[in-house]
Amino acid sequence: MENEAGALSRVAGLFSARGYNIESLTVAPTEDATLSRMTIVTRGSDEVIEQITKQLNKLVDTVRVVDLSDGGHIERELMLVKVRAEGLLREEMKRMSDIFRGRIIDVTDKTYTIEITGAGHKLDAFLNALDKSAILETVRTGASGIGRGDRILKS
Amino acid sequence: MELSGAEITVRCLAEEGVEYVFGYPGGAVLNIYDEIYKQDKFKHVLVRHEQAAVHAADGYARATGRTGVALVTSGPGATNAVTGIATAYMDSIPMVVISGQVPTPAIGMDAFQEVDTVGITRPCVKHNFLVKDIRELASTIKKAFYIASTGRPGPVLVDIPKDVTQFKTEFEYPKTISLRSYNPVTKGHSGQIKRAVQMLLNAKRPMIYAGGGVILSDAAKQLTELARLLGFPCTNTLMGLGGFPASDPLSVGMLGMHGTYEANMAVQHSDVLVAIGARFDDRVIGNPEHFYQEERQIIHIDIDPSSISKRVKVDVPIVGNVPEVLTEMIKLIKASKEKPDQAALKTWLTQIELWRSRDCLKYDRSSDIIKPQFVLEKLHEITKGDAFVTSDVGQHQMWAAQFYKFDKPRRWINSGGLGTMGFGLPAAMGVQLAHPDAMVACVTGEGSIQMNIQELATCKQFNIPIKIILLNNRYLGMVRQWQEFFYGERYAESYMDTLPDFVKLAEAYGHAGRRIDNPAEVEDALKWAFSAEMKDTLVFLDFRTDQTENVYPMIPGGKGLSEMILV
Repeated sequence: MENEAGALSRVAGLFSARGYNIESLTVAPTEDATLSRMTIVTRGSDEVIEQITKQLNKLVDTVRVVDLSDGGHIERELMLVKVRAEGLLREEMKRMSDIFRGRIIDVTDKTYTIEITGAGHKLDAFLNALDKSAILETVRTGASGIGRGDRILKS
Repeated sequence: MELSGAEITVRCLAEEGVEYVFGYPGGAVLNIYDEIYKQDKFKHVLVRHEQAAVHAADGYARATGRTGVALVTSGPGATNAVTGIATAYMDSIPMVVISGQVPTPAIGMDAFQEVDTVGITRPCVKHNFLVKDIRELASTIKKAFYIASTGRPGPVLVDIPKDVTQFKTEFEYPKTISLRSYNPVTKGHSGQIKRAVQMLLNAKRPMIYAGGGVILSDAAKQLTELARLLGFPCTNTLMGLGGFPASDPLSVGMLGMHGTYEANMAVQHSDVLVAIGARFDDRVIGNPEHFYQEERQIIHIDIDPSSISKRVKVDVPIVGNVPEVLTEMIKLIKASKEKPDQAALKTWLTQIELWRSRDCLKYDRSSDIIKPQFVLEKLHEITKGDAFVTSDVGQHQMWAAQFYKFDKPRRWINSGGLGTMGFGLPAAMGVQLAHPDAMVACVTGEGSIQMNIQELATCKQFNIPIKIILLNNRYLGMVRQWQEFFYGERYAESYMDTLPDFVKLAEAYGHAGRRIDNPAEVEDALKWAFSAEMKDTLVFLDFRTDQTENVYPMIPGGKGLSEMILV
């Protein structure tokens, strides 16, 4: 999208006005500062996805829309999890973080903050693997996606 | 030389060849008004309410095809304009609205007359801009006109903070503009056009269904040529009336909720349906599931890809500018050796005549109470079908659409998508200013006319001699009709007690008026209104019509095209 004020609200407004559902949305400027790139995760029948694609294309600020799930693609999401890390849990949390290739990025005598990156289902799996009562706080970015191989999104 | 933002705004409008700006001054736009005062390139029309400024610009745009322009102040000026902007958006009318905004340092401070105009209007504009830097003012206005008038047209709003109108910069108006993110398609896909032509040539029960896109893209000529070349029957939507001549034997009139029996039956039973600049909306096709016919194939020509397969799945989509696509189709048909099956076509047209003989628009002509349909038939007769007719929303709108047989495009001006009561009078002002010598009739109801009645003052100030045809049944007629049919005749709040004396009201504003109670007086009143003697006078005709008359045929909400209630 053109990196214009209000571009994000045009997209968010479109989804709510037409009753589409946004599971997650990430946006930031690209290497070309006049453009920003948005990854939206949504759900719908083929007809609904077709309409969403057309309606997004219709926005004057939209340069290009691609449905990444049409082909091979990679998606990654970043999550920060603050967990209880006392007594026996302290070692257990370190092990779990290692298994999921997370990194402990902040430590106190009672807590760890773990950074973990991956597809959404991997982050879900990590949370499911933890003792619920040990999770103090989580924050997730939502997915960013890119096509596999030579597939690129160009204006 | 450096110019102020206000001077630049006015110069940009002049560069765009703007003829009329409809507006209302206020604090945030005082600098712009000061520059308007000093120039003579365009005329400013002072309305009495901002909603009317936008409707007038809209009427001007619909009647001419040019971009309408409205100018309003910040806060309440902008919020009053919103209904007008949404009206234009729903009907895809090219329009630029300039709104004042509080000075940039005051934005977000809950300043006097501050609202987030760009935020409020976002869902009902094609695009909008807040100009924070005076160096971007001229190019933004250029973009606004470009976006408003190209592709599927629509309103574009430019919000200008007061300090931006004061700052100075070098003025240069861009000659052209190109936007990497906005490139509307014009030419249709040639393979799809070929497929469509083949489908048409193989059709046995063909039907053309033409919408507002035909009017907006000035494709009436091409549409008429295509229909006549193939000998195919044609129906028009409410927004498409005049796109194909109503007097042509191939015309089956309007389709939809209050469409003719023959149009709705023919669309439902066709084997090839060509939708042109139309969008299968709920008031046109009713219930999509009932509309669906397995053996029917649909061709859909539209400039907006998102209109295609939105409510109805189509077999041959063609994205492109309607006149270009139709020209291409006509060329291919002429070059082809094939012709549609004439025997099948004859059988089909005979079937349509059978449906037509049901005479679905009949009404009691012997009544001693004025029938609204009769007034409209007489209006058509006396204006020789050559008037511009604006309307408000309700029963009178549907009767005008059914009984004023439009032969030319851009003559029928109404709020189809949003259904805005209060549209007719201000829209008629814009139409009359665009065509000073034309007959302009505003067909309205006593409910609708009161929603922007203050514009009678604007008409006086600017000598706008429209003729107001009030079909006064003392009821919010369409509401009353639904209450009669679907709410057990419980007429909740649909009766208008204590109506003003409209004749005296018109006279109080400096116009002429007459009240008509008797069918025998209808013709004389209309002749008087359109006489040479009254050419320069606004005439307000208050027809006291039958309170119980209903609009037929009618498809109840959620029902299918062939499930009409008939008289």
